[in-house]
Amino acid sequence: MRFIFKTDYEQDIKLFQHGGAWWSYGLLFAVLAVAPYLIGSYLQSQLVFVFIYAIVGVALMILVGFTGQGSIGHAAFLAIGAYTAAFLQARGYPFEVYFPVAGILTGVVGAIVGIPALRLHGIYLLIATISFAFIVEEVLARWESVTHGNEGMRVRAVEFFGQTVSRDSNSFYFLCLGILVLVIIGTLNLMRSPTGRAFIAIRDSETAAKSMGIDLAKYKVRSFAISAAITGLAGTLYAHKMSFISPEMFTLLLSIEFIMVIIIGGAFGLHGAILGAIFIVMVDPLITMLKDDLPGMVASLSRGFGVGEEGARAVQDRLYAIFSAPGLKGAIYGLIIIMFVLFEPMGLYGRWLKIKLYFQLFPLYKKATFRRQKTYVKSERNR
Amino acid sequence: MSYLRVDNLSLHFGGLKAVDAVSFEIPQGEIFTIIGPNGAGKTSIFNMISRLYEPTTGHLFFEDRDITEVPPHQIASMGIARTFQNIELFDNASVLSNLLVGRHCHSRTKLWQEILFMPNVRRAEKAHRAKVEEVIELLDLQAYREKIIAGLPYGVRKVVELARALCSEPKLILLDEPSSGLNVEETDDMSYWIRDIKSELGITVLMVEHDMSLVNRVSDRVLALNYGRVIAQGTPAEVQRHPDVVAAYLGA
Amino acid sequence: MLDFLQQLVSGLALGCIYGLIALGFVLIYKATEVINFAQGDLMMLGGFVAYTYITILGLNYWLGFLFAVLTMGLVGMTIERFVVRPILGYPLFSIIMVTIGLGFLLRSLAGMIWGTDDLKIEAPFSEGVLRIGDLVLAYDKLSVIVVTVILIAVLYLFFNRTRLGTAMRATSENMLAAYYMGIPVKRVVSLVWAISAMVAGVAGVLLAPITFVHSNVGLALGLKAFPAAVLGGFGSIPGALVGGLIIGVVETLAGFYLPQGWKDVAPYIILLLVLLLRPEGLFGALGRKKV
Repeated sequence: MRFIFKTDYEQDIKLFQHGGAWWSYGLLFAVLAVAPYLIGSYLQSQLVFVFIYAIVGVALMILVGFTGQGSIGHAAFLAIGAYTAAFLQARGYPFEVYFPVAGILTGVVGAIVGIPALRLHGIYLLIATISFAFIVEEVLARWESVTHGNEGMRVRAVEFFGQTVSRDSNSFYFLCLGILVLVIIGTLNLMRSPTGRAFIAIRDSETAAKSMGIDLAKYKVRSFAISAAITGLAGTLYAHKMSFISPEMFTLLLSIEFIMVIIIGGAFGLHGAILGAIFIVMVDPLITMLKDDLPGMVASLSRGFGVGEEGARAVQDRLYAIFSAPGLKGAIYGLIIIMFVLFEPMGLYGRWLKIKLYFQLFPLYKKATFRRQKTYVKSERNR
Repeated sequence: MSYLRVDNLSLHFGGLKAVDAVSFEIPQGEIFTIIGPNGAGKTSIFNMISRLYEPTTGHLFFEDRDITEVPPHQIASMGIARTFQNIELFDNASVLSNLLVGRHCHSRTKLWQEILFMPNVRRAEKAHRAKVEEVIELLDLQAYREKIIAGLPYGVRKVVELARALCSEPKLILLDEPSSGLNVEETDDMSYWIRDIKSELGITVLMVEHDMSLVNRVSDRVLALNYGRVIAQGTPAEVQRHPDVVAAYLGA
Repeated sequence: MLDFLQQLVSGLALGCIYGLIALGFVLIYKATEVINFAQGDLMMLGGFVAYTYITILGLNYWLGFLFAVLTMGLVGMTIERFVVRPILGYPLFSIIMVTIGLGFLLRSLAGMIWGTDDLKIEAPFSEGVLRIGDLVLAYDKLSVIVVTVILIAVLYLFFNRTRLGTAMRATSENMLAAYYMGIPVKRVVSLVWAISAMVAGVAGVLLAPITFVHSNVGLALGLKAFPAAVLGGFGSIPGALVGGLIIGVVETLAGFYLPQGWKDVAPYIILLLVLLLRPEGLFGALGRKKV
């Protein structure tokens, strides 16, 4: 077990709490820096999606994990960022102009959405964000002079200070990685300053936060605005990566996918957002693998175990039928959500911490260390 | 001269008069206690002073300024801090970050400076931490510095809440039942700290308390409340002898 | 004027369906403070179950109706036992996510079992119409309105006049206190889920002759029942119905009189306005947390 011996107040403020962290994050960064040259274009592309989802994950973590405000409408913020980029790019502005503009514009919209949050709690806020997302989706489909309605919009390659960065190039990979790193550092800075602590205070007790001098209105709106702005930035990257955007890409399903990112990762730290993003992006290839490869593999396995050719073919067809059923993705998503909340409520990062502690304390680890506290329902209507 | 002045304060919930035309004054540097049976309106007065409740009628003056209309989040920066009857800490954060939230009303850094963690933010953070360490020293919380609140025993949480209030460097501190749920030794510690707060830090104390031995030990003056009305005011001994107070408690 | 009345009746029928789904939200919310995002999907499932009994197995319509509703009761209890009970008392957000996941799962399973074609149930009254002067009212729409009104009245009496109803209301106020008073809280919660799944089942069967039975029908209708429940105050049984009626009528009229696109967003615009102006809904009461 590592004990950090503190000799200075400044030690609490440091981004890396101990020397080992420098090594492990440095190694991770080095791996990510050489990765695109070693892995195939498919995996590189998947990693870019991981970066984009992770940026949204960080944004949601600020709002949901740190400030305790729910949102099932983040696809709408992504859409606003994406459409701002597409619209301005079509008018001839370069990336370095519309990227910040998309962030600011989405942040402003986020602040406006945050205003109802001052009066709404829990479920009401969730429903309000869902409604907002539906309205945005409908506006995108109808406001044809700007968004081209359901036809959608093409998005050309990034023009960044005169350089053309195509969406499959390694440069785009590094652009996304760089933005992700900047977003993470900015968020960490925020969380070690008064604003970040105010967020956490609001999450844990609004009454106490108020009497400690925290202006709930200001900080809730701030949290919404920051979260939306970061999502808007991710939106421009998303638009470029997809190279084509249309309203039906930004549905409730996408918002729920984003929520899954932080639920699966563990909604209590930025590590969770990253791990969750990796998991969610990898679900799709996994389903493809289930569909294409698994039936054949099982069939050849059963051949190996002496099942006749006929039986093996029957097994393969049966499995193929199951895995290519149209609702498979939905079923898998449903199962993933239920299983994680029921059995791994602290998410992947929580599991990592548990495993780490298990080895640090070996053989003294006990399960109860991480047991969840039940609070008996005492009617939220009375608050 | 009066430091906090409560003038004809009332709070009605529909037909129920939770607080009914209460007036009192607290001079600077005094420990002033409100006592009364359950439901007498003590906490309601606190909630009105910290502006969580809107008084139906009446005015509040602090340092000769009318604070009846001040929004609740500005109360802290005017120098009034409080604790809560049932402990309202930030449960999923460490003791240290709870105390740092207490410093919130002294932070002046801008959002963009914080995102970039500019040198001025770093300086301010160090200064906040130095102040927080002083309070940790005063209340003997060193052992719990990095602990998460949710895992702490009740008595410690009570002290952390007091510490959080002190971190805002208040001029007036409102303590809502500081000894509730504490054992005898912890109550003793609490009474020493309350006196230290007054004598060493020069903070005026207004508290609600049920434990009469604590009240007698620390209070300069006592106000007794029943059904929202003032029934007696004076030194602890005077109030305890007052026939109406005896009647209210013994139900004569 | 005739157009208006015709649209109004359609709107009321649609509103009753919203009201029934919203009622399911309200029942579960009142008892456990859980919002069941899968409520619309339970309704969809009810339609499919009735389809199985009536069209596939060839049962009499009313018998199939009854069996379908009872089956849904069982489904509700099963879901409560295996998915909801283990997480009761955990943060609101986790529970909501579980019900969202459940919705995904039900939708996919229904698609896998019954396929993705539109299915239709023949009801004894699907063809008939009632003529009042020039006004032509389809029986299937009228049946929705009649059954809903009866169901709401029965449930209202059940909650306010029976012992079990009182126990349910007590559980919804304070679970721990109800438990100490000897109310079998687990069984009560289980029954609440059964009732709300049955209500969803009724909605599903009633809806089947009007629209088709399809695995995605629940999501769309369920999401529009939210505005209804919020409008009604999210805790009031008559409120759910009134909220549903308002949303149904507004949506239908917006579809008829306003340009394309308004129909689908109108309920949400109303919802946002209600949340901004009167967050406690038309019938609800919001207290304040005590400190």
